[in-house]
Amino acid sequence: MAGARFWREKSSRYNGLGAKCHNCQKVFFPPRALCDHCGRESMGKVKPFQLKGMGTLHSFSVVHDPPRGFETQIPYVVGLVEMDEGVKLTAQIVDCEPRDVQIGMRVKDVFRKVREDGRAGVIHYAYKFAPLTSPHGGATPAHTEALEAAVSGPMDGARPKQKA
Amino acid sequence: MAREVGIIGVGITKFGEVWDRSLRDLGLEAGVKAITDANVASSDIDALYVGIMSPGMFLDQEHVAPLIADWAGIAGSHIPATRVEAADASGGLAIREAWMGIKAGLYDIVMVGGAEKMTDVGDEEALETLSASVDQEWEAFFGATLPSLYAMIARRHMHQYGTTREQLAHVAVKNHMHGALNPDAQFQSKVSLDAVMSAVPVAEPLGVFDCAPFSDGAAALVLCEWERAKKIAEHPIKITGSGQAGSSLSLFARKDITTFSATRAAAEKALAMSGRGLEDIQVAEVHDSYTIAEILAVEDLGFAKKGEGGKMAESGETALGGRLPINTSGGLKARGHPLGATGIAQAVEIVQQLRGKAAGRQVKGARVGLTHNVGGTGGTALVHILEGEG
Amino acid sequence: MPVSDEIGVVSYGACIPRLRIKTEEIAKVWGKDGVAMAKGLNVHSKSVPGWDEDVITISVTAARRAMYRAEIDPSRIGAIYVGSESHPYAVKPTATIVAEAIRATPRLTAADFEFACKAGTAAIQAAMGLSKSGIIDLGMGIGADTSQGAPGDALEYSASAGGAAFIIGRDDLIARINHTCSFTTDTPDFWRREGQHYPSHGGRFTGVPSYFRHVLAASEMCMEAVGTKPEDYAYAVLHQPNGKFPVRAAKQIGFNDAQIKDGLLTPYIGNTYSASMPLGLAAILDKAKPGDRIYGCAYGSGAGADAFDITVTDGIDRMERKPGETVQAMVADAHYINYAEYAKLRGKILMAE
Repeated sequence: MAGARFWREKSSRYNGLGAKCHNCQKVFFPPRALCDHCGRESMGKVKPFQLKGMGTLHSFSVVHDPPRGFETQIPYVVGLVEMDEGVKLTAQIVDCEPRDVQIGMRVKDVFRKVREDGRAGVIHYAYKFAPLTSPHGGATPAHTEALEAAVSGPMDGARPKQKA
Repeated sequence: MAREVGIIGVGITKFGEVWDRSLRDLGLEAGVKAITDANVASSDIDALYVGIMSPGMFLDQEHVAPLIADWAGIAGSHIPATRVEAADASGGLAIREAWMGIKAGLYDIVMVGGAEKMTDVGDEEALETLSASVDQEWEAFFGATLPSLYAMIARRHMHQYGTTREQLAHVAVKNHMHGALNPDAQFQSKVSLDAVMSAVPVAEPLGVFDCAPFSDGAAALVLCEWERAKKIAEHPIKITGSGQAGSSLSLFARKDITTFSATRAAAEKALAMSGRGLEDIQVAEVHDSYTIAEILAVEDLGFAKKGEGGKMAESGETALGGRLPINTSGGLKARGHPLGATGIAQAVEIVQQLRGKAAGRQVKGARVGLTHNVGGTGGTALVHILEGEG
Repeated sequence: MPVSDEIGVVSYGACIPRLRIKTEEIAKVWGKDGVAMAKGLNVHSKSVPGWDEDVITISVTAARRAMYRAEIDPSRIGAIYVGSESHPYAVKPTATIVAEAIRATPRLTAADFEFACKAGTAAIQAAMGLSKSGIIDLGMGIGADTSQGAPGDALEYSASAGGAAFIIGRDDLIARINHTCSFTTDTPDFWRREGQHYPSHGGRFTGVPSYFRHVLAASEMCMEAVGTKPEDYAYAVLHQPNGKFPVRAAKQIGFNDAQIKDGLLTPYIGNTYSASMPLGLAAILDKAKPGDRIYGCAYGSGAGADAFDITVTDGIDRMERKPGETVQAMVADAHYINYAEYAKLRGKILMAE
C-alpha cells in the first residue's frame, strides 16, 4: 500500500487538526478548504483549527464481523463522537468494556495503532477515544491554544501547508 | 408535447450464491428474459445502461458496459453502453439515466440492466467491497464497516425514538414471509422473531438476520417512449415520477443520523412530478439493506412520522394483506441484494404487481407503485413512481 | 564552556497500559506454583499492552502528558530520543512519530536508542548534553518498552509494558539533575540476536556480575562525585527487573525500605525495561516536595548503569499533578486478563497468513 495516501492525513489523524470557516464559524473535521455553507464566500477564510480532543458519544456499535486487518480485535466498538466543537467523527472507543459503552458518555482522544499493512508493511496510527476518566490522553485547553498558534497559516487544498 | 417513458419488458435471475454462473452469464440471462418479455428485437435497442457497484473489486473488471453489450449480442450495433455507479443505488440510478435519455428525445427504446457477482471473493473481501460505499479515509480506515454504520443509526434511532430490537426484527420476519412466496428470491423460508433476535451478531444491535445477504444476480428492464410503448406492449407500465437526491458521503457529516434527507428529497421530487400523493401509493419496494433501513425508509418516504417506523413494522400494515404492502418481493433481505441489480429488481417487482402478474403475492388492484433505492448510508437516493392499468 | 550551570527536568509524563496478567495465571499454564513464583520474584502481576498499544503509542502518550501539563511550546523541543528494546520498527524511528504527534516537527533532531533496559536513561543523558551545551533549548528522553519473555521462561512473569518521557532543559526546572555518570562494560548477561523473537539470558550470571556489579559501581561513583551518602536522599529508585534485585541492591548501597518504596512499581506492573527506572522516578516526582533529593540508577544488560543525583526545585509545586493522572493512578487502573487472551495479544498464537 502506498504510504503517501496515509502520510498526507497525519496532522488530522495524529493531532486532530480540522478547519474553521471564519466567515460563518463552522468547524470541519476532517479539514477542507471550502465551507459548504458559505461556498465561494469562504475562499481564503477557511483556516486550520485545532480540535481539543474531548467529546460526547453520539452513537456506537460493537463490531463482530470485521474487515481484514481487524480480526484479532473483535469484538471492538466503533462510535460516532460529537466533539465539543460541534463536529462529529467516527473512531473506535477503547479502554472500557463494550457493555459499559453508552450514548452520552464523555470521551477524550488517545493515540493508538489503527491497522498495519501486514507483518512487513507500514503501521498506521490515529485517534481513538477513551472514557474521560482514563489516566491517559486528552490535552489541557491552554495547551491547545499554543497548538492552534503553531498551525495557523493558509490551507493548501484539504490540509494546511506543511511547515517549512 | 413532453415525452413520457414506459416499461415494456422485465427480466430477472434467481438471486443467490450462483456458483456456476459468471457475471456475463447472469447479465445475459436477465437481458434475454427482458427483451423476450418486451417482444422487441435487439436491433430495436438504442442504448444500454448497466448499474453495477464494483466489478473492479469483486472481479478485477472495469469497463463492463461494453462487456455486457458484447455478451448480450448488441455490441455489433455500436449502441452507446454506459456503466452507472452509485454504490447499491446503481440500479435505481441506471433507470433514471435511461429514462432521461428517452425523455430528452435521444432514444426510443433502452435496455437497463443491473447486476453484481459477489461470491467470487471471500466473505471478508465482500464485506470490504460492500463497505467501499462509506468514507474510506474517515470511516472505513478506523474499522467502521457498512453494517456497523447502519448499526449506529439503529442505536441512535432506538435512543431518540424508543424503537426496539423487536421492531427491527419484525421487518426481517415480514420480508422473509414475502420471500417465501417469491420463486426468484434467494431465501424462500420464513424466519421467526426469535431466530432474528438471537441470530449471530454482525454489528450490534444488528445480527445476521438484520442484514441483506451477499448475492449474485441480475435484472433488466426495457424502457420505451410511451406512445410507442402503448403500441408494442400488452401491459405497459408508465414511469410517472423520478426523483434523485444526494447527501454527504459520510454518516458523521449528517446533522441527524436517524434520517436520510436524500430519501426525503428524492421522494418529494418524484411524487411532485407524478402528481401523486403518498396516499395513492398501493405497493412499494424500499431499500432494506438492513432492517433499520426499512424503518428509516417508511419514515423518510413519508408513510410514517419520524420515529414511528418501528411501530409501523410491528403493526402488520406493511405485510401482504395490510394497508401498504412493502417489499412483497422479499426485499433486499430475503429476495437478495446483488448490489447493482437491486434497483432494477425493485422495478421488476412493482411492474409485475401493476400488471397483476405477481402470482402468490399479488396486491389486488395495485395501480400505483413506488421504488426506493439507496446508496451506502444514504449518499444517494432514487425514488420512482410507476403506474399501470391495474 | 556550557551555556548554563543548571540542567534538569522541566516536565515528565508516563503511560502504563491498563491490562494486567497475574503471575499465578501464567504459572498455571506451565505447571508452576504461582504463589511461590510471585513471592520469589516479588512480582504479583504485570502490565500487558493492548492490541493497539506499542512502544510508539506509549511514547506518544507519555510525551504528550509531559508537554501538556507544563504547556510547552512544541517548537522549543530540539531533540527527541526514544530508548527501547521493542521498537515497532527495526528500521524507522519511534522518535519521529513522537515528534509528529507532539507537533515538534520539522526543526529538531531525533533518533532511537538501544541498550536493553537503560536505553531510556541513555536518551535522557543525550538530551542533557545537547540542552546544557546550548545546542538545543529543550530535549526529550523517553524510555518505553513492550518487551516479551519466552513462553515458560522466568522472564515471562516479569516482561511488561510501559513508558516515561522526560523533558530536559536549563530553565523552569521542577528537578535539577546535579550529576549523572555511568559504569559501562562488555558483559553478556542478557541479549537478543537480530531476527530472534525472544531474548536469551545467562541465568544466575545476570545477578552479581551484571546487575549488582554495575548498579553498585555507578552508585559509588555518583555519590563520590557529588559527596553524598545514602541517608542524604529522600527517595531512591533503581532499575527493577523484579521486586527482589532492587531491594537487595538498595540495602547493599545503604538505602532503607522507606526510601525505595514509592519508586518500586515492578511488583504490580512487572519490568517495563527501558521505562523501569524512569517510571519509578516519575512516580516519585508525582509526590516529591521542593528540596527532596532523589537518587536514580538504571541498569541495562550488555551492560551499563546510568546514575542520577537529582534535587527537586520549587518549580514542582507549579506543576499540574492531578490525582487521577499520577503513575499510581495508572498502576491502579488494572484490568486482568487470562493467559489465552494474553497469548493472543502478545502474538504467541500462530495465526494463518
